[in-house]
Amino acid sequence: MSENLQTPLVGRLAARFGDTLRVTVVRNEVTAEVAAGDLLAVAKALRDEAEFRFSVYIDTCGVDYLGYGQTEWDTDTAQGEGFSRGVEGQAMGRFNWAERPRETGQPRRFAAVVHLLSIEHNRRIRLRIFCEDDMLPVVPSLTGIWPGADWFERETFDLYGIIFEGHPDLRRILTDYGFVGHPFRKDFPLIGNVEVRYDPEQKRVIYEPVSIEPRVLVPRTIRNDADLDQARAEAADRWREN
Amino acid sequence: MQEIRNYTMNFGPQHPAAHGVLRLVLEMDGETVVRADPHVGLLHRGTEKLAESKPFNQSIGYMDRLDYVSMMCNEHAYVGAIENLMGIEAPVRAQYIRTMFDEITRILNHLMWVGSNALDLGAMAVFLYAFREREELMDCYEAVSGARMHATYYRPGGVYRDLPTQMPQYRESPWHKGADLKRINAWREGSMLDYLDAFTDDFPERVAEYESLLTDNRIWKQRTVGIGVISPEKAQAWGMTGAMLRGSGIAWDLRKKQPYASYAEMDFDIPVGVNGDCYDRYLVRMEEMRQSNRIIKQCVKWLRANPGPVMVQNFKVAPPSRADMKEDMEALIHHFKLFTEGYGVPAGETYKAVEAPKGEFGCYLVSDGANKPFRVHLRAPGFAHLSSMDAVVRGHMLADVVAMIGTYDLVFGEVDR
Repeated sequence: MSENLQTPLVGRLAARFGDTLRVTVVRNEVTAEVAAGDLLAVAKALRDEAEFRFSVYIDTCGVDYLGYGQTEWDTDTAQGEGFSRGVEGQAMGRFNWAERPRETGQPRRFAAVVHLLSIEHNRRIRLRIFCEDDMLPVVPSLTGIWPGADWFERETFDLYGIIFEGHPDLRRILTDYGFVGHPFRKDFPLIGNVEVRYDPEQKRVIYEPVSIEPRVLVPRTIRNDADLDQARAEAADRWREN
Repeated sequence: MQEIRNYTMNFGPQHPAAHGVLRLVLEMDGETVVRADPHVGLLHRGTEKLAESKPFNQSIGYMDRLDYVSMMCNEHAYVGAIENLMGIEAPVRAQYIRTMFDEITRILNHLMWVGSNALDLGAMAVFLYAFREREELMDCYEAVSGARMHATYYRPGGVYRDLPTQMPQYRESPWHKGADLKRINAWREGSMLDYLDAFTDDFPERVAEYESLLTDNRIWKQRTVGIGVISPEKAQAWGMTGAMLRGSGIAWDLRKKQPYASYAEMDFDIPVGVNGDCYDRYLVRMEEMRQSNRIIKQCVKWLRANPGPVMVQNFKVAPPSRADMKEDMEALIHHFKLFTEGYGVPAGETYKAVEAPKGEFGCYLVSDGANKPFRVHLRAPGFAHLSSMDAVVRGHMLADVVAMIGTYDLVFGEVDR
């Protein structure tokens, strides 16, 4: 999508919705942040009004911003003996269910992200709706506007526990029958809770507490060193020369 | 008078027409479907969560296993999303190779689709014909990556390596010998591009063969014409893309409308349907195979004439050459850091969509600057398509449910993720 395709959209969004939307454009991708309360009115306008016509519902997914930007390995400062060898952190591969982090300390953890496509104008837009309450994240359902929202919202509910108000049939969809918890939350262990096997004595499939040890092979690192920026710039230059 | 009640039946998850692990709970009134409730997730592996716990490059292989009959297209979306965030672009030759393999993948997928869909609806022979050509294209996958299906061939910054100059030949074995061996090796005398040249010359005839089995076949038409009609408005609202949308008469194709790789340079047409029924979607897919064949031909021609690098020379993203590592300390360090820690992707978010054989396959990637993705969401076309099942099959007969599952072109690797 070229620049001139997306730029007028931003102007139109600003003119039509004013402060209701917080619009940002990065790499020609338009992202609009909407409050949960305004979502239905905005979505209806985006679908129906001639200047938007976002007729295709692409998808919805949840994002759990817990631990955003946290690293497990200090790469910025070195002591006398060099860089730290130890890895600290609470990535989801490192704990089991009993040791999961309880105190999150992250306000507005959950967001639902909706992607829409306008075939008529050949444009895309991304809506982000933050949930105000982390204990009970609620977002209005878009199933009344695009029927395609149905399963994607069920999936988001299943994996993140975000409740879509007004959804006609908000059941789990991807996880097992009788599954407990919302597995894609950052405080849900990567190894899960239970494992399943066939028990020849009882002659049935049984669920047991998970027996594998949590482990992480590669620590999560964020490098902000100036060297790296320079290397990137040099590499870009070399590429241009080739 | 005896009371007649609806009854509920289970279709799948072990039904041969359920394409893997679809469990469909059908409420029936005699032979008529009153309500369909698809239960998915039996193949859920948590690919997106697994990707969050690994460096970026280690998840490319997972993408192959999503839609496991259109492997490289899935890789393309994921790799494209990483490239978007990093602001790097693959060399032109890599773009052409990607375009070519995307189209090989499309043919692979559609052959699988036409074979299994015809098998579901009672036409056994097509499957055998389709798998003959699938095998030939599978050999291209193998020649280029070493794996017949799960290639992990696309990498951020290009493709793993250049096309082989020598196409591997079959050796004599109890299964391949004599005249048969000679025949299958005839195309394999030269490079992979020679092989593909021979294939693309031959393939339109093959498509005509499949069509002669089905297109005017009375039983095939009885099973598909007027079945599962989807209006263009409904198709959009349900989030349908790909052949499901084009079958309803909307000429929407990302390869034309939002070109990526080198599709902008390609000459090809977008087939559209008229009635939006299973038969039109069949015709659309058959024509798409012919168009893919055209694109492959153009790519082969370009790739022959234009040698060049297939991977960026940025050693933070791509490994240095093996030979350099023997002599150059810097190269060794780059290699070590790349394969242990990986590379950090600048913070931000992006959505990269490609026209996969089944529809729009998208990758929504959120990075916080770390060497692992913060969130990966994969938008699988099959998931959106299957969600419309209930609304489409209501009022249809039980046998039409099978036709509908076929026409959705479902693969549960991507639906369940």
